[in-house]
Amino acid sequence: MSTARLAWRQLRFQRMLFWREPSAAFFSLLLPLLFLFLVAAVFDLDEEGLEVLVPGIAAMGILAAVFTALAYHVTFLRDQGILKRVRGMPVSPVAYFGGLVGSAVANAVIQVGLVVVLGALVYDVGWPRDVLQLVLFTALGAGAFACLGVAFANVIPNFDAAPALVNAVFLPLIFISGVFYSADSLPRVLDAIAKALPLRHVVDGLSAAMVTGAPLGDNLGAVAVITAWGAAGALLAVRFFRWE
Amino acid sequence: MTDLAITVRDLHKTYARGGREVEAVRGISFHVRRGEIFGLLGPNGAGKTSTVEILEGYRRRDAGEVSVLGFDPETRDRAFRERVGIVLQSTAFYPRVTVREALEHFAAFYPHPRDPGDTIDLVGLADKADDRTKDLSGGQRRRLDLALALIGDPELVFLDEPTTGFDPAARRTAWEVIGRLRDLGKTVLLTTHYLEEAQALSDRVAIIKEGRLVAEGPPRELAPGPSAYRVSYERDGRRVEEETADPTELLHRLTSDAIARGEPLENLTVSRRSLEDVYLELTSEEGT
Repeated sequence: MSTARLAWRQLRFQRMLFWREPSAAFFSLLLPLLFLFLVAAVFDLDEEGLEVLVPGIAAMGILAAVFTALAYHVTFLRDQGILKRVRGMPVSPVAYFGGLVGSAVANAVIQVGLVVVLGALVYDVGWPRDVLQLVLFTALGAGAFACLGVAFANVIPNFDAAPALVNAVFLPLIFISGVFYSADSLPRVLDAIAKALPLRHVVDGLSAAMVTGAPLGDNLGAVAVITAWGAAGALLAVRFFRWE
Repeated sequence: MTDLAITVRDLHKTYARGGREVEAVRGISFHVRRGEIFGLLGPNGAGKTSTVEILEGYRRRDAGEVSVLGFDPETRDRAFRERVGIVLQSTAFYPRVTVREALEHFAAFYPHPRDPGDTIDLVGLADKADDRTKDLSGGQRRRLDLALALIGDPELVFLDEPTTGFDPAARRTAWEVIGRLRDLGKTVLLTTHYLEEAQALSDRVAIIKEGRLVAEGPPRELAPGPSAYRVSYERDGRRVEEETADPTELLHRLTSDAIARGEPLENLTVSRRSLEDVYLELTSEEGT
């Protein structure tokens, strides 16, 4: 069977696994939406606040669905010896990880779709101004976070350590990257750190696509930073990969 | 085509553990014929798993020659992996997948897979086919491992300690299933630290200790030459044991003496030294 067909089979298998794992499904799909409801309600956000929050949650959703989920899942597979088992079988790593990553990216797409619909129908931020940019930044962000998620799994010693280590990255990142409030008000040092990291740029790209309608030309810097992180993640993911 | 499935010549493997060099495999040589069940027997830490993982393509060797089905496993050729089935020591698996789903999924990796249903029957999981793997017992999970190793219809199957932690009944069942591989014409390389397992299943056995091969041959013939028989009896209340290649003469002498003295020869036994005796002698600390 060709690599593409095997990847597709693996992707469908991963979808089945995903829907049978209620806690993973909750974390990946519902938690970001819960944040959307709570932050909007607790801070009683006005139109301006919601126009920051909605694309912010979409970006956070991509991070949770791809980076967090893959870091956990790859660590789980390694801990359980499933990676070792698969390695002894005649399937290429490209096909196998193609399926794994493809499934995580599918969750990111579902997530962004849900946020777009809720944003338009519940929070009145309107439908996306620039669908092409929305697709571009969703794909770019999901791709980069996928590479970084697999790379991060390389430094997680075992599954028990995964939640602490993943959240040590996830939580600070969402707080400094302008997910919940405009990043313009950040202290200068934190702002500089956030700008060096990829999530802030995914937020900016999605904000342009969903709310402001700023042209892609304004966000080429964001594209460059996200791509650079993705490339670095891919290199680290492959170079230091541990099958067992 | 050669009739050898596996040849290993002067294999060496050293690991660095905590700053120390541990020589796990120190010059092992053996071969496995096609269609044979070959047992690699030895205590924990003897180097069995290191050896097998080199043959499976998981680890690189430091020195020596290895050929498995004509391949160098180190190259991890896809054609090589299509023709071998591997049962690892760990039995963990996707918990929420059924036995049938697992086999159907992994069958797609192979060019000429076995039928998943037939394979489930072969390992005796027919009534568990639609159960999720988390609901299987340890023994049933091990049989799923075997089914997964067989799904690609391999020529050669590696079984790394297939029944460790089993109760005796589950072990018997597993042996029965492994015995069926012989009927299918598969070559099997089995590692175990259970002597009776090696004896029950293997055509030939190699005993490995501290990274070296200390004995090799069919289980029956492993009891070595000059002292193949053990004669024991009691005299003046003390147990006397003698080992001999040919018990006829010894028995004649003992019985004549006893008759001449008019005493019975108490608790006389004559036994062939078992593989267990050989194994214990070879692998005990003072055995070499």
